[in-house]
Amino acid sequence: MLVMTTKGEMDEALLEKKTGTIDNENETINWVEYWLEDELVHRSVDMVLKKYTVSGLPVAASF
Amino acid sequence: MANTQAMCTSFLGELLTATHNFGTAPTRGSGAADTFKAALYLATATIDASTTAYTSTGEVTSANYTAGGVAVTNATAPQSTNTSATAGTAYWTPSASIVYGSVGSPVTFASFDCVLIYNSTQSDKAVSVHTFTAQTVTSGTFTLTMPTNNTTNALLRLSTT
Repeated sequence: MLVMTTKGEMDEALLEKKTGTIDNENETINWVEYWLEDELVHRSVDMVLKKYTVSGLPVAASF
Repeated sequence: MANTQAMCTSFLGELLTATHNFGTAPTRGSGAADTFKAALYLATATIDASTTAYTSTGEVTSANYTAGGVAVTNATAPQSTNTSATAGTAYWTPSASIVYGSVGSPVTFASFDCVLIYNSTQSDKAVSVHTFTAQTVTSGTFTLTMPTNNTTNALLRLSTT
């Protein structure tokens, strides 16, 4: 599989792949990194929003 | 039977569709939904409740990222639900994930932790600010998957209690 990197498309087999997950109250984050020796050449993030505290609570209190 | 003081839940939903106008509002050319966009901001930016409109100050920059961000898919109209005789919630959530970059057109973002939803039809006026754990992207993509569109999780919620 080819991976888009800072050096152009590279064969995944040439790279070290790292993945991780961050899970908290607001979101679940899955990230994938590809490293060429000690250099980060690709990082993508997939973030799933769960719930936001941003809202109009409570508007009835304005009566 | 008894009457109960309340702000009508239908009104909350109608606020999200500009049905009511208590002041001077923009003249609308049609009844179509406005176009909303989502712009990303660096962790060093200052985007908050005082933000009144989209700004490029503090916005991420990258090849394959156009200032102003991307359009939000809006295929589901706002909804409102009563939760009691005195309370209810109106809510809306984009109907698809917000995606920056693609395999063929990757993006590179320095540390960012915020997305601003704004109305590009109405002079880029701000709607809401959503922060998250700071991330970077390197020659990749950033996908923001929306929360469940309901009274407790929707991206935008107007509630009475």
